[in-house]
Amino acid sequence: MDGTEQRETAQAAPSVIDRYYTRWYRADMKGKPCEDHCVLQHSNRICVITLAETHPILQSGRTVKSINYQISNGCSRLNNKVSGKSKRGGQFLTDFAPLCRITCTDETEYTIYSCIRGRLLEVNEDILKRPALLLEKPSTEGYIAVILPKFEESKSITENLLSREEFEEVVSKRAAAQTQPS
Amino acid sequence: MLPLKDKDKPLVQKLLAAGCCARCVLRFCCVGLHAAYRQPCQDSLKELQAFVSDAENGKSEQAAAPEPAEGNSTSHDAAGPNSTEENSTSQDAAGAEASEDPPSKRMKLEQSVSEAQADGASRVCVCCLGILQQLSEHTQAVKIAEAVKAENYEFDSLVLSVSLPAQLCVREHSCWLHVKKEVREKCMTLDKDDVIQVKEAFKWIMQSLIAKELRGVSVVTKSVFEVGVEFTHPETDADCHFLATACPDCFKPTKNKLSVFTRMAVVKALEKIPADKFLKHYPCPPPRPAGSCSFQDVQCLHVAVFVAGRYNKFCRSLPQTPWVIDGERRMESSVEELIAAPILSAFRADGFNFSSSGREDVDVRTLGNGRPFAMELLNPHRSRLSRAEMKQLQEAINKSSDKIRVRDLQIVTREATGRMKEGEEEKTKSYTALVWTQKPVQKDDIAFLDEIKELSIDQKTPLRVLHRRALAVRQRLVHSMSTRLLDPHHFYLSLKTQAGTYIKEFVHGDFGRTKPNLCELLKTDTDILELDVESVDVDWPPAIPE
Ligand SMILES: [Zn+2]
Repeated sequence: MDGTEQRETAQAAPSVIDRYYTRWYRADMKGKPCEDHCVLQHSNRICVITLAETHPILQSGRTVKSINYQISNGCSRLNNKVSGKSKRGGQFLTDFAPLCRITCTDETEYTIYSCIRGRLLEVNEDILKRPALLLEKPSTEGYIAVILPKFEESKSITENLLSREEFEEVVSKRAAAQTQPS
Repeated sequence: MLPLKDKDKPLVQKLLAAGCCARCVLRFCCVGLHAAYRQPCQDSLKELQAFVSDAENGKSEQAAAPEPAEGNSTSHDAAGPNSTEENSTSQDAAGAEASEDPPSKRMKLEQSVSEAQADGASRVCVCCLGILQQLSEHTQAVKIAEAVKAENYEFDSLVLSVSLPAQLCVREHSCWLHVKKEVREKCMTLDKDDVIQVKEAFKWIMQSLIAKELRGVSVVTKSVFEVGVEFTHPETDADCHFLATACPDCFKPTKNKLSVFTRMAVVKALEKIPADKFLKHYPCPPPRPAGSCSFQDVQCLHVAVFVAGRYNKFCRSLPQTPWVIDGERRMESSVEELIAAPILSAFRADGFNFSSSGREDVDVRTLGNGRPFAMELLNPHRSRLSRAEMKQLQEAINKSSDKIRVRDLQIVTREATGRMKEGEEEKTKSYTALVWTQKPVQKDDIAFLDEIKELSIDQKTPLRVLHRRALAVRQRLVHSMSTRLLDPHHFYLSLKTQAGTYIKEFVHGDFGRTKPNLCELLKTDTDILELDVESVDVDWPPAIPE
């Protein structure tokens, strides 16, 4: 009896993400199958970029070898610094600006993209020290970056993204296609 | 009897001829005796006219030590009655070196002297544009007093402030240049600053009249209650315009000003512009206006009163201040509005500014002794409530809503409100949180939290406030914690922390951005379902015994 009650309360209590954030997705990033990204948008417009649960990195038994925020010779996301309330100095990102490259132990490499336009506030340096966080807690402590969209764009930046329902539909179609290859 | 000396005569004569009113003449004679301005304008004018003709008749008292120029004029004054010709000659003689007036202009000047003498009382002064004439009469004092009475303020003294059209400065400058030589002959050390200002003369005349109308109120130079009187004179607004081309750097357009010709800017330009340049663009003396200034407005302003107290918030859907997102109101009320409404009506204030020692989130209750707050009441019409009245007011607030409660409500000084923010960072705050754990826990699993003391945590600016605050890592102390298990997935966590600690983030971790956090300590996901502020340890405002 205790057990069912507990499960009920656990379900009745939405997580921090459910309470304050809206989930948006970009499926098959840049045409690469299953490289799905997730954007958690807070009601205050701040966005947290994470891997979607369906991203290949998070699939069966992979291990992350390294994460690199140095996206080109001239540009490292680690050098991003913002100051003041207005977040001066943050790198400005467009939809397909790369955030980092993740290499798995099987030498596959994936690029994670910004997904939205906005100012880069911070990247998650903890995953550099503990890459396992990416696999253990992909939508919380294993986040990739925090981005602040322009105030006037806070509504329009999600227009090109999929809602949670739309994304789930994409995923279920994908699963159907895999089980019934035509 | 006007306190004038022989040396003032040329000055008086020239100013009357220029079309100045009697009081403006007194101003340029640097008469500082208030009573001289308070006598009726017409009486003063007659006296001045008599004074000037006395001079002509040679009946005036002799100065003890005549200067050469004065000796010269005196000898001519003695020439006899009705000798305006003679008199003008004497004037010319006195200012022989400087005077470049052609004879024709001299004639005009004399004509205008007699005109001024004929109907000077009814003509609008070229310098004060009527401010010191009909606009400082008894009927005006009545008007001002009535306007003040209509506002129904509680006060026992007032300070009068006067706002005059900026072109008055231009006219004053023109008059000054017109008689500068005569003023200097009266006394070498006198300067433009020694001329009594229109504003000052107006106050000397009006203050006692207004005080009398308001029965017993004293009109003083410093008071918490200000009565502002504003005059305008659209007819001569263009007087200032030449200054914009003459001194363009003094007139920079500003967003919130209707006109660039503010009094400040005009005064600055007049200080800069050389006399010859001024005289090229503006007549000297100033031209005669058709009408006098109009009395625009009376504005009353009482300095702010500060009220302080402590509040409890019992509701989890009540923001501290109005919550507006994208111009839309999110919650129907707020702590500050619930407290402010009865206070505003008791003090009959126009508005308020609310501040408090920290603040709680919309879904957080504030229990215990409550949170100190202070409220600045803007332009209160009532400012002195007794202790009993404050107590009644507190009761009225508490009756008006069960979402909040107020205690220790009192009137405080502006300075004292600073103590509310003093050492805000060092103060301790006590909270109780209802915590959910993903894994079921037992009493013993969480008991170790009770043993942790002075836990130092690093908090990155929480994501929920990052849009309006700078990104930083702040170190905070969790002084102590105690736990009370509710069921395997829920327990109450009481915390004593340094002020400024973000409790919600300490519990759920904020994407790992607060470290350590409760998830880490308990090695399971945790979430915060409810939060109460139990105490805000700021010992201000002083407690008021019930
Ligand atoms: Zn005047």
